[in-house]
Amino acid sequence: MKPKSVIRKATTHVNQNEGLIFEKSSAGKFAWRLPPLDVPEVDTAKLLGASERKDLGHMPEVSEIEIIRHFTRMSTWNYAIDLGMYPLGSCTMKYNPRVNEVVSRLDGLANGHPYQPENVSQGALRILKTLSDCLIDITGMDAITLQPAAGAHGEFTGLLLVRAHHQSKGHARKKILIPDSAHGTNPATAATVGYAVENLKSNSQGMVDVAALASQMNEDVAALMLTNPNTLGVFEQEIHKIADIMHAKGGLLYMDGANMNALVGKVRPGDFGVDLMHLNLHKTFSTPHGGGGPGSGPVAVKKILEPYLPTPVVVTKSDGTLGFEYNRPQSVGRVRAFYGNFGMFVRALAYTLANGPDGLRQTTEDAVLNANYIRKGLEGAYDLPYATPSMHEVVFSDKLQAKKGVKTMDIAKRLIDYGFHPYTTAFPLIVPGALMIEPTESESKEEMDLFIEAMKSIAEEVEEDPEMVLAAPHTTRVSRLDEVAAARKPVLRWKPS
Amino acid sequence: MRYLPKSPADREAILKAIGARSIDDLFSPIPAEYRLNRDLKVPRQMAESEIVDWFRERSRENGDSYAMFLGAGAYYHYRPVIIDSLISRGEFLTAYTPYQAEISQGTLQSIFEFQSMICELTGMEVANASMYDGSTAATEGVMMAIRLTGRRTIAVARSVHPEYREVLATYATHQDHPVVTVGFTESGRIDLKELEKSVNQDTACVLIQSPNFFGIIEDVNAIAEIAHKNGAMLVVSIAEAVSLGIVEPPRQADVVAMEAQSFGVPLGFGGPYCGVIATREKYVRQMPGRLVGQTTDTNGRRGFVLTLATREQHIRREKATSNICTNQALVALMANIFMTIYGKVGLRELAKQNLAKTAYAAQQFGRHASVLFSAAPRFNEFVVETSEDPFAINSRLLGHKIIGGLPLKKFYPELGNAALWCCTELTTRDAIDTATALVGESQDSTKPSREVAEVTR
Amino acid sequence: MSYPADFKYTKEHEWIKSDGKNATIGITTYAQESLGDIVFVDLPKPGSEINAGKTFGSVESVKAVSDLYAPASGTVTEVNGELATAPEKINKDAHGSWMIKLTLKNPGEVNGLLSATDYEKFVAEEGGH
Repeated sequence: MKPKSVIRKATTHVNQNEGLIFEKSSAGKFAWRLPPLDVPEVDTAKLLGASERKDLGHMPEVSEIEIIRHFTRMSTWNYAIDLGMYPLGSCTMKYNPRVNEVVSRLDGLANGHPYQPENVSQGALRILKTLSDCLIDITGMDAITLQPAAGAHGEFTGLLLVRAHHQSKGHARKKILIPDSAHGTNPATAATVGYAVENLKSNSQGMVDVAALASQMNEDVAALMLTNPNTLGVFEQEIHKIADIMHAKGGLLYMDGANMNALVGKVRPGDFGVDLMHLNLHKTFSTPHGGGGPGSGPVAVKKILEPYLPTPVVVTKSDGTLGFEYNRPQSVGRVRAFYGNFGMFVRALAYTLANGPDGLRQTTEDAVLNANYIRKGLEGAYDLPYATPSMHEVVFSDKLQAKKGVKTMDIAKRLIDYGFHPYTTAFPLIVPGALMIEPTESESKEEMDLFIEAMKSIAEEVEEDPEMVLAAPHTTRVSRLDEVAAARKPVLRWKPS
Repeated sequence: MRYLPKSPADREAILKAIGARSIDDLFSPIPAEYRLNRDLKVPRQMAESEIVDWFRERSRENGDSYAMFLGAGAYYHYRPVIIDSLISRGEFLTAYTPYQAEISQGTLQSIFEFQSMICELTGMEVANASMYDGSTAATEGVMMAIRLTGRRTIAVARSVHPEYREVLATYATHQDHPVVTVGFTESGRIDLKELEKSVNQDTACVLIQSPNFFGIIEDVNAIAEIAHKNGAMLVVSIAEAVSLGIVEPPRQADVVAMEAQSFGVPLGFGGPYCGVIATREKYVRQMPGRLVGQTTDTNGRRGFVLTLATREQHIRREKATSNICTNQALVALMANIFMTIYGKVGLRELAKQNLAKTAYAAQQFGRHASVLFSAAPRFNEFVVETSEDPFAINSRLLGHKIIGGLPLKKFYPELGNAALWCCTELTTRDAIDTATALVGESQDSTKPSREVAEVTR
Repeated sequence: MSYPADFKYTKEHEWIKSDGKNATIGITTYAQESLGDIVFVDLPKPGSEINAGKTFGSVESVKAVSDLYAPASGTVTEVNGELATAPEKINKDAHGSWMIKLTLKNPGEVNGLLSATDYEKFVAEEGGH
């Protein structure tokens, strides 16, 4: 393939052909060794009777070096933050600091059992308390639960708190208002909690239509689930009106904290009327994405919601030590076993300590600076559906390119050839053919210049050689994969032939 | 700040290119009355060495290098070192969810292998790419059964982990699903007669755990029969994954909801862990969570993609099978590598060692105290009842750097001074002998119970 | 694009062929084109009641799900089993791939639906072909 423009960032490199581990397996190979038993051997048939398992089927048998090569080779097929930018909107793919990994592996923390006595858990409890205090001040709230395992889980927990609040007032209320620009977890979660979802249309500037909100808000609406800045990267400037409308009729304002990277250290949601919100530690607070998790979704709340928080909560006892309080009669209950994704708390706290107040503020400033630099660089080459100022992310559309039959997904696939991971395609839904770009503060000017250059080059290619873009990617180990066949006739496990 | 790759000159150049005078211009959309004009109340910026020191202190305060007899849903097994060598590779650690399949084949293929091995171990036909943990996996398994049967009620064994049942209660209340709890007999197993009476045409599923919270292996066949003859589904939760090496999996289950933490995921004070749901192929469209499927590219080359995405929140929104988005991919990769290391023979040997250590410990405890539920087969946990308060016993053990079993009064008040003990391949004979001797002190002694010494660090 | 004259159509792109007592329902070729490659069809069981204007199932492509809206009320008598293993038949021949058969509750309902010409006009206005 011979593109007209020069691709400066990427070249192809050698990728090995590594099969499935089962294809390398053969009887007698092994990678394990247990120490000899220091207690008597047992007769498993006698101990377990009919419950004894005789056969582990097609579980693999391979040696240690084969495992090392297997996973190392496969890892080279992945893109990663360590390799380059992920301009994914609302994902906040920032640098995952390595000191986070080191401290989470310290023995007392990595091997702490959640049920060990409190007097040998003071280290863990102090981590929970310190992180909680930091997140409470960052969000401008009064209390917090660290229990939810991810953002969606946090949303679920938040809505349980909303329900508990309204039930205590005698009227459970049936509806949740959700803007049409919202992330899919918002309505999915509302349904899980048994609420009916009512859509709130965005206005011509992509923000909440305040008049529509006023007319849709009534005493049967429990809460509004808002993302601020919204999924267009735009700050809801009428947020005080929005909060007032909700509060005047006894409703609550829930904020999806996915876009906190635009706010930390500059403004606090608790100060502009938010009653409760969740945070994504795997976004704003640098914990690694790991190919799809684990995440962590703490929920911060105003005082009025504190009694309903999941059990247990961390308390300081009269002797000054920390402990867990289980006696919480108004609690909504547990949303998971134990206390939350503790390993992520360690990492998020390490990130906070590495930054301090000045670092956190500067991080937010750079995040917004970077998004605006990219917006400026791509204006003209791509259609900008909303003129409103962007915070930490910017949304373009494929309107100009669609004239040549090229859509956002095609442009995204061609971007891969330039050495970048695609931006978020086709979301938010209110922008048809969306290109949602969030560079985060972790991108240097050099990296962003390469990205802008790549995107401009693709826009040119669309004009001069659209087929190049439509058939992309050309440089990856596998070309476009047949998702239709995968959905029609799913093959979800290996089977011996 | 050292994570930020910009020089002051870069920032100047960028502001100029944007046409802004200062960074404040870019924050002008935020109404002035809300803009923060003070520093956040977080500790001052620390050097890397200070950060490490701070956490080292916390680690010391957290009692490192104790002998551990706790289980109860979180198990202390050896983690082969190559797990961390491999998952720490930036290409795994810092990779995003594999939505762009062409540049995520590493993540996708390893998840496909994970799904395959879970099926092999659980006896199910299809498995997902992980849920948050065992407690939420069990709950999601129950919700699946409710969707599939169209029925309302849930029957759950009291021998299921108490915190799992709490989580289920939280989810069930809000979707209006009555929960019937079925007790256990002196064998430690679910009361089958009570189960018969509790399951009817409105029961969506029966939820059990096996080995159960007390370490006892349930009679899955008998329970399945009761559930199925009433048209209810059987959801089996497995909290101790290593049991699958030597205990026959619940092949009669309709859904298996597992906690895979035992497979190479650190105890980590309770999380992150690794839930998984496995089920029969015919139920796959009602299964929550990500699924990786095999397919081919335009050149006929084998590759892997996320598939059946229409079940999920980003497409179905309020009609999704679950609201789950982020799952536990990196810990699932740890479990994947663990299962690969031990494999067909190793997993069985590992499980046998657990069985042997526990059998020895139970026998030793039996000389000084009462070991409950001895009639039914157990895996690596057992319940010991003492005349002395287990909290007092544990205080004494702490002085010898031993963390004793979990006192059960809080969860099962009728069991009095009972505690749940767990032994794994890492439990030494020495630790078992010391622990049993210390427990024996009050049990055998005719002296009045001593003052419990304050544990100092 | 030709739409069979003996069918009636809805604005949600379903077609219905009725003989006054029983009817057959499917989706139009415009619908299958908008959806792209169909991977799965979720249909009600025989014996189920469906109500005019309400959803009775859904059709999935890789990236989207579309609800199916009942053109008329009635009881489902037959479901096209072929679509369970070969949903792509709808892409190949939407008008020839029936989804469900039913006995009509109010046969008159069908008369109020769009004729082939009206539907063709509607689709052209919607930005179709």
